[in-house]
Amino acid sequence: MAEKLLTRYNDTPGSHTLNFYRSVNGYQALEKALGMTADAVIDEVKKSNLRGRGGAGFPTGMKWSFMPKAPVDANGVAKPKYLVCNADEGEPGTFKDRLLLTQHPHMLIEGMIIAGHAIGASRGYIYVRGEFVRETQRLEAAVAEARAAGYLGSQVMGRPWSFDICVYRGAGAYICGEETALLNSLEGKRGEPRLKPPFPAQVGAFGMPTCVNNVETFCAVPTIITDGAAKFAAIGTERSGGTRLFCVSGHIEKPGVYELPINITLRDLIAHCGGVRGGRKLKAVIPGGASAPMLSAEEIDVAMDFDSLAKAGTMAGSGGVIVIDETACIVEVAARLLKFYEHESCGQCSQCREGSHWLARMFQRIEEGGGTDADLDMIAGICSNMAGQTICAFADAVTGPALSSVRKFRAEFEAHVRQGCCPLKPADYVPSAHIKHHASARL
Amino acid sequence: MIIDQEISQRIDALRTHLPTEQALLLPLLHEMQAKAGWISREAMAEAAQFLKIPLARVVEVATFYTMYNKAPIGKKHLQICTNVTCFLRGSDHLLACLEKRLGIHCGETTADGQYTLSEVECLAACGTAPVMQVNDDYHENLDESSLEGLMNRLDQELKNG
Ligand SMILES: Cc1cc2nc3c(=O)[nH]c(=O)nc-3n(C[C@H](O)[C@H](O)[C@H](O)COP(=O)(O)O)c2cc1C
Ligand code: FES
Repeated sequence: MAEKLLTRYNDTPGSHTLNFYRSVNGYQALEKALGMTADAVIDEVKKSNLRGRGGAGFPTGMKWSFMPKAPVDANGVAKPKYLVCNADEGEPGTFKDRLLLTQHPHMLIEGMIIAGHAIGASRGYIYVRGEFVRETQRLEAAVAEARAAGYLGSQVMGRPWSFDICVYRGAGAYICGEETALLNSLEGKRGEPRLKPPFPAQVGAFGMPTCVNNVETFCAVPTIITDGAAKFAAIGTERSGGTRLFCVSGHIEKPGVYELPINITLRDLIAHCGGVRGGRKLKAVIPGGASAPMLSAEEIDVAMDFDSLAKAGTMAGSGGVIVIDETACIVEVAARLLKFYEHESCGQCSQCREGSHWLARMFQRIEEGGGTDADLDMIAGICSNMAGQTICAFADAVTGPALSSVRKFRAEFEAHVRQGCCPLKPADYVPSAHIKHHASARL
Repeated sequence: MIIDQEISQRIDALRTHLPTEQALLLPLLHEMQAKAGWISREAMAEAAQFLKIPLARVVEVATFYTMYNKAPIGKKHLQICTNVTCFLRGSDHLLACLEKRLGIHCGETTADGQYTLSEVECLAACGTAPVMQVNDDYHENLDESSLEGLMNRLDQELKNG
């Protein structure tokens, strides 16, 4: 298997400390990058073919090059530029950023400072999901260490450039992973996505030009600078370089985070993780986080890079691979996902607010045996009124599991309708109360 | 009054990084909840006054985010993930065990005010599913017996005060 670039020191005691990070050449990439022009750093990242690991797979170097060089306000006064790290990690099936924050916070900080140099930012924010209390504490300690060592502050490594990082905690809302919702949240507002344009590179955090990247994206930057873009680009495909942190979970023998070439096939990835749990038969795989359309067991000879999965009608998304074996009921799995989306829709757009609610109710009704054939056809109709019709891509995400499950496992849905119950459940099965109640103490 | 000198100082320290008063709202509500356990209407009014922003701004934000408790909660907040991977690995059964043990439904607090039981969405720990967050800490790779062990420890902690 290929070399690990980001997670070589996983599970090494003290890997999160500055001392350890320096002992393995930490912050040498920063030293090197500060000796390069901003454009040269951007060029190097472009050449590496690094694509964003947050979900959309946008080329990172290109995103950085979209940042205005010397923005000014209406009065001709220079505007500050901001860098934001998306550590909201909320896409079901995704848990790599948590590993990076816990074990390699300095890699993230170093990647952010290099990016800050490349785009000419004066400040960086790390937006961490609110549930990550311990991860936030660790990150804050690492930022303090980096500041004390002179990597952050009014003169980064003795140079005439001021850059500091602020760690900001969210408060429980999946939608804040969407970058413009994140920016609103960072401004202390409701996490509602913004209409684009203007894009964050023009009007971002606090009205200033802003660049948003995922944790893993920043963590890939030091190795690209130290070892050169060519080495990174040599792994993967022509259009998508490097290794990726795949999060493999569900009915898999050895769940976990695996750093592997981005174009490994899904079949090899599953084998690498010990295969389906208990040697059972595979039923379906969600290859890129909950929003990615499901693949059936026959479709796993596909490479995991962004383009190959897009060609296969799904998406690489966040790298969250959820393995589902023959014992699971696809209708129930999809119903569970739709219940999640129903709960998390921010409610701004009626198509999304109502559509996710209808879909969640419908799937649950089908699972419980109350569905009709007309329901199955109506699902596609509801989805076509959602995807591409709203302010952000959340609505598109909802249609991922809804459409793919019905399309690929229609027979299972029809069996529910015909038998008036879930064929995989015992006759005396009673769905757990929490599904009925949707109860939460916090409502 | 919830905002004391300590909270006020910690919020002040953020002002160098956060250019608007509104941006201090999320951190302030976190601080207030850490001290008071939940965010009451009075607490929202206090936050509005402290940051000199309209109360409506505070209310709309506090009610948007699920982590701000809008009602009092138990000393131990059991937050079990029931999203897809945890579900595939048995979270529903664990939730049923908890409901039985505590004699409450999901979303409720025990009569003695010790425990609140909630279901939450993916906690980004699916590799070690099923997962439950208790107050600030994650408990991972749970099964029926490790859950029972955890609950016994929590009972003991509560008894010892
Ligand atoms: C509904 C929704 C949720 C998202 N959640 C996340 C998330 O949790 N983490 C993340 O990095 N990106 C998330 N994204 C993608 C971000 O909007 C953005 O594309 C990304 O942070 C950019 O970073 P990258 O270019 O490094 O991938 C989400 C997008 C949508 C539409
Ligand atoms: S599904 Fe439970 S932690 Fe992700």
